[in-house]
Amino acid sequence: MRNGRPPGQPSPRNLAVTTAGRLRKQRGAAPLQGLFWRRPWLRSAILLLPPLGWFVLIYLTSLFLLLITAFWTINTFTTQIVQAWNLDNFRIILTDETYRLIVGRTVILAALVTVTDAVLAFPFAYFMARVASRRIQTILFAAVLLPLWASYLARVYSWILILNHSGVLNSTLEALHLPPANIGYTNVAMWIVFSYIWLPFMIIPTYAALERVPESLLEAAADLGAPRWRAIRDVVLPLAIPGVIAGSIFTFSLTLGDYITPILIGGAGSTFIGNVVYSNVGIANNLPFAAALAMIPVAIMAVYLLGAKRLGAFEAL
Amino acid sequence: MRSRETPAAWLRLGTMAAAVVIAVTACGSTATNGGVTGQQPPTANMKPQSSIGAGEGALNLIDWPGYVDRTNWQNPSVASFEQSTGCKISVKDANTSDEMVTLMANGGGGQWDMVSASGDADLRLIYGGSVKPMNTDLIPDFKNFQTYFKAPGYNTINGIHYGISLQWGPNTLLYNTKKFPNPPNSWSVIYDPANKGLVTVPDNPIQIADAALYLIKKQPSLGIKDPYELNQKQFDAAVALLKQQRPLIKKYWALESEEISLFQNNDVVVGAAWPYQTNQLKANGGPFADTIPTEGATGWGDTWMLATKAPHPNCAYMWAAWVSTPNVQAEQAISFGETPVNTKACAVMETIAAGSCAQYHADAPGSYFDTIKFWKTPIAQCPDGSQSCIPYAQWQAAWTTITA
Repeated sequence: MRNGRPPGQPSPRNLAVTTAGRLRKQRGAAPLQGLFWRRPWLRSAILLLPPLGWFVLIYLTSLFLLLITAFWTINTFTTQIVQAWNLDNFRIILTDETYRLIVGRTVILAALVTVTDAVLAFPFAYFMARVASRRIQTILFAAVLLPLWASYLARVYSWILILNHSGVLNSTLEALHLPPANIGYTNVAMWIVFSYIWLPFMIIPTYAALERVPESLLEAAADLGAPRWRAIRDVVLPLAIPGVIAGSIFTFSLTLGDYITPILIGGAGSTFIGNVVYSNVGIANNLPFAAALAMIPVAIMAVYLLGAKRLGAFEAL
Repeated sequence: MRSRETPAAWLRLGTMAAAVVIAVTACGSTATNGGVTGQQPPTANMKPQSSIGAGEGALNLIDWPGYVDRTNWQNPSVASFEQSTGCKISVKDANTSDEMVTLMANGGGGQWDMVSASGDADLRLIYGGSVKPMNTDLIPDFKNFQTYFKAPGYNTINGIHYGISLQWGPNTLLYNTKKFPNPPNSWSVIYDPANKGLVTVPDNPIQIADAALYLIKKQPSLGIKDPYELNQKQFDAAVALLKQQRPLIKKYWALESEEISLFQNNDVVVGAAWPYQTNQLKANGGPFADTIPTEGATGWGDTWMLATKAPHPNCAYMWAAWVSTPNVQAEQAISFGETPVNTKACAVMETIAAGSCAQYHADAPGSYFDTIKFWKTPIAQCPDGSQSCIPYAQWQAAWTTITA
């Protein structure tokens, strides 16, 4: 710590004497204080230890264990784990058509939901941030957050009541003399339900980004003769994109990891990555295979977050 | 298909595990005390207790939802069992056989006392060492059981009983009577493209056996004898049939309540079900009926099995004895829509619901049980002694590819 000693302080040789003298007078507190004073890095280290320790121990370690387990296998009859290193699990996931199909379906639906939510959320957030009065803004804000108070399950089940064969949707269509839409228990139903459930997570970051666009920029655009739509396209939209990307992190990752909606509202051929993980953990007891499969969303999200970082999404969070 | 252990991996398997896979043998040949003969399971030498001591005050059960029924069982009630024995019951509902096996295996298994396992899980529990032999002498009603259920192949090995048979039922063909004014009498309706998008079957790998059962009559050239003992060619044919069926399926049901609401909302008109769903749907006044088609049916036989490390064995025996009594057997049969194994339960069923004994075949002669192919865990060893049959793990992997 040669460079760490503040200028004008006693040399280490004298320090021992002065510290000892102070110790006698102040009792107890001084050695720690002295220690922190001599080792400034120690204070920040102690401050950082709990959050860092939590992160490393709980989060990184569990991810690491997940990764390790993925290279093991099980005895197929008794389902006990056999710690024999091999790449079988990954080979199966990458070569078996079934798992490619499931991964593809999950990613495509997550992307569709994200785009849908972005398209729905932008005008809504724009109205909230830049058009509505203070009072209306508060009401809209409450309206966006209100569904989050109700249980996830209750909201999904209510969609089953709407979309099933004799549900609200079909009885309405019937009353209008239109043919019934049998979208209950299909991937279309999942798309609708996911888009509905994650919409607040898109609206709020978009709203936050839009609210931060300075009025002066719009005035400047107007002064330079830009019509309203041109100002939105060239000024507001680029500034709002990081907010939309931030929202898309939520909608994309939440859809990617979900397994409840596919069970409840999906039909035949609605299996998600999460469902296969779930059935391998809770049903087949094939933890290694589940671990290997769980690495796929982790990898996809890592790529996604890198891309989002480049687009400046983290400044909008 | 997921391929399994490499030769190197085989070497690493423990002795028990290796013994299990190599040597689960000779299903079908009857031992002196009933059941089947085969390799001894790891817990075979554990001597069951010879008497029931004082209760431990608690009992932890894994059950099918509705198997510890606190609302419908009135005479006697679960509460009365708790009062008279002092055994406070905690229940964990399991939704699939696979979940039961996993629950019993996890955490060393010292958490649970008993599991109401079905035949497709039993051999896995027995050879996994999760359950241990039981002393049937401690169950006074055991002598009144249907002969078949005293020692069925799925829970009795080399004359050792790994649990006490409970109830059984067939997997029936459930249909909407408006859509089918002429009752269907063949499983072919659930494979018929005419019913596209209107069919539901259970989300369970053992469903492959139902396809195999249908193929016994439909394609005799395959030579299928037992739908749970399939060689590669027979297995592939059953899987291919189910893949053809996939486009007809509205939804693979996981919970009984799911199938009930699918039928009630007219999302489906025909499917594979249990008598329980039919009873519920009929009770609500809907146009529904079920039948056992001419090809026969698969069926399940449930067993209360005792965990190897059961912390409350005395309470467990008291429970096994209690659920075997005619009154409880009848209550459970009526409330769940299944058939008791205790022949004395028939008279009690008649007092609760007249005609129910015959309706559920509780008075069936021994020959009736040859028409029901009871669930059992598929294992690698074929009846001819070769290792060419498809074991359950591959059934599971195939099921993922069928339903994905």
